[in-house]
Amino acid sequence: MSASAKEIEQLIGKEYKQGFVTELETDTFPPGLDEEVIHKLWKIKNEPEFMLEYRLKAFRHWQTMKSPEWAFVKFEPIDYQAVSYYSAPKRKEDGPKSLDEVDPQILEAYKKLGIPLDEQERLAGVAVDAVFDSVSVATTFKSKLKEAGVIFCPISEALREYPELVQQYLGSVVPTGDNYFAALNSAVFTDGSFVYIPKGVRCPMELSTYFRINAANTGQFERTLIIADEGSHVSYLEGCTAPMRDENQLHAAVVELIALENAEIKYSTVQNWYPGDKEGKGGIYNFVTKRADCRGDNSKVSWTQVETGSAITWKYPSCVLTGNNSIGEFYSVALTNNYQQADTGTKMIHIGKNTRSTIISKGISAGHAQNTYRGLVKVLKGAENARNYTQCDSLLVGDKCGAHTFPYVEVKQPSAQVEHEATTSKISEDQLFFCQQRGLSAEDAVSMIVNGFCKEVFKELPMEFAVEAQALLGLSLEGSVG
Amino acid sequence: MLNIENLHVSVGDKPILKGINLQVKPGEIHAIMGPNGSGKSTLSHVLSGKSGYTVTQGQVTYEGKDLTEMAPEIRAREGVFLAFQYPVEIPGVSNIYLLKAALNSIRKHQGLSEVDAMDFLTLIKEKVRLLEMDEKFLYRAVNEGFSGGEKKRNEILQMAVLEPKLCILDETDSGLDIDALKVVAEGVNSIRSPERSFVMITHYQRLLDYIKPDFVHVLAHGQIVKSGGPELALELEEKGYSWVENKQAA
Repeated sequence: MSASAKEIEQLIGKEYKQGFVTELETDTFPPGLDEEVIHKLWKIKNEPEFMLEYRLKAFRHWQTMKSPEWAFVKFEPIDYQAVSYYSAPKRKEDGPKSLDEVDPQILEAYKKLGIPLDEQERLAGVAVDAVFDSVSVATTFKSKLKEAGVIFCPISEALREYPELVQQYLGSVVPTGDNYFAALNSAVFTDGSFVYIPKGVRCPMELSTYFRINAANTGQFERTLIIADEGSHVSYLEGCTAPMRDENQLHAAVVELIALENAEIKYSTVQNWYPGDKEGKGGIYNFVTKRADCRGDNSKVSWTQVETGSAITWKYPSCVLTGNNSIGEFYSVALTNNYQQADTGTKMIHIGKNTRSTIISKGISAGHAQNTYRGLVKVLKGAENARNYTQCDSLLVGDKCGAHTFPYVEVKQPSAQVEHEATTSKISEDQLFFCQQRGLSAEDAVSMIVNGFCKEVFKELPMEFAVEAQALLGLSLEGSVG
Repeated sequence: MLNIENLHVSVGDKPILKGINLQVKPGEIHAIMGPNGSGKSTLSHVLSGKSGYTVTQGQVTYEGKDLTEMAPEIRAREGVFLAFQYPVEIPGVSNIYLLKAALNSIRKHQGLSEVDAMDFLTLIKEKVRLLEMDEKFLYRAVNEGFSGGEKKRNEILQMAVLEPKLCILDETDSGLDIDALKVVAEGVNSIRSPERSFVMITHYQRLLDYIKPDFVHVLAHGQIVKSGGPELALELEEKGYSWVENKQAA
């Protein structure tokens, strides 16, 4: 192997900068899961009656199901009885009413993550819901949003304040028995964000949820529900990190989006869960079900994700294009390094007439990582003139990693047009040398080449996120070249 | 500026260069000609720091410093520029972005501040005009979908913007039609200066009709077998490389 191939190899040494632990007193359930735990959970969350039924139904269904094995990932079976299903920072009777009551150590933790929650410093124009382990600890700009009629609050609060609204939509996109991890989530989810944008309202600011797993041996099961009523518009950002621990931790979230007539939802994720160390020890198992229903005519949902973290990513943000002329988009960058495994992609289900979908997937694999794109484009009989364009590109860094593409296409409507393009390429030594000969360090060169490769996706991200995503990619490739 | 003494270079166990001696002073243009497989491209790669070559004997000094000790990006920042024979494509990275990143890394090395965005734009537009290029080039991905001639012209644009001290042109004329060759040659001529030196590696004499060298060297079997003025190139063109190769054998 020549020197620069070796240099590319070293591209694999990266440091995870969000790996700190916050020392806190917590209320944590002992590990284990049975109907009693679900009762306890329901009670501690002070939820309406229907939720107990909902959770128990999901739990009973889950017990009949098997962990899916079709994904291109390998891991030891998870002992679900060894996981704790609730962990919350200890707090006063009713929980914090304002930021002044939030434990300063939690505020400090978010500050370290670059997410200031306190009044003076918080990000202008972005409202943040901060979810720490099993509970939401703070939501900013709530009152300002309320003026516009926008509801943005922890889902546990929404269940108490707006039970009818939640009951109407919860599980309407991802039913309790949808899949193994969704069923588990439906049984035990603890918190997450709830968003409702009323008719004709353009949400005045970006909404953002920042998920943080802190406690050990705890699973995070959050639930996000976003409803965009007729003619409304919202852009939502999601970020996530966790401490460095030797054990694998489970994160099984469900995100449901509902876009009614003429509504538009833009959902962006920068996922940076702890990926495990260089030997593949530890890291988050990220088993997430994200699905949008473009229920109304002319509605649009756009998923953009930048996935750099987690030991295992199992995630397929999807769009069910129910309404006529509805549009689904999926833009994805998935970077895997060391021993990370990602099996990610999307499903576009065309039901309505003249529905359109676009899929742009960029997979980058380095070290010993395995990166898989798995996608389904399904055009039902009634979806006249449906259109899909799919582009899947894989970039390999070094020669011990793998890239895989599994595109599934099912078309039952003859007027549909489905296009698929796929490429696999490698950062060549010639590209690297060329950049170095122009004065760039090998590290900057790799970062530039990778960013160029991802450009089509980055341009879909909101401005602040695009900058963060680029920095994150650079960081993830840090130390890669000597 | 550049001093090559008894340079021996191998790829694996195979010796390619077998004792090269060459002195380049500021402002001089040296043409290195030779048949295929004589070691021309190896010389350009060794000078610019490409991996995969082992210097087994001799030394190369550049401005008094040991060039072979420097990483390729350090050589570039110190003013060594290689115009590639086969410029690579970098999808998604615009020309202007690469140029700015490159210029700033060189400026940083020289202890200068990063170039101001407006100043950079002015500078780069001037260079684009000089090379009779379309400004749209700047916003296209580096060499992606460029014709052979466009790629070579792009190399010269980079050279013009980065203002190196030692320019190595590796078969810049190959694959160019006569019009493109003229444009490239004019570009090179326009950035000639008493401080800037050129080492032009070429197979054919025709490039030298447009860029007049001070010295011509003939490389064969890993050695410089003959050196002279511009007239040597004409003689070579007439008699063919077998003339010098046979001469060496004799």
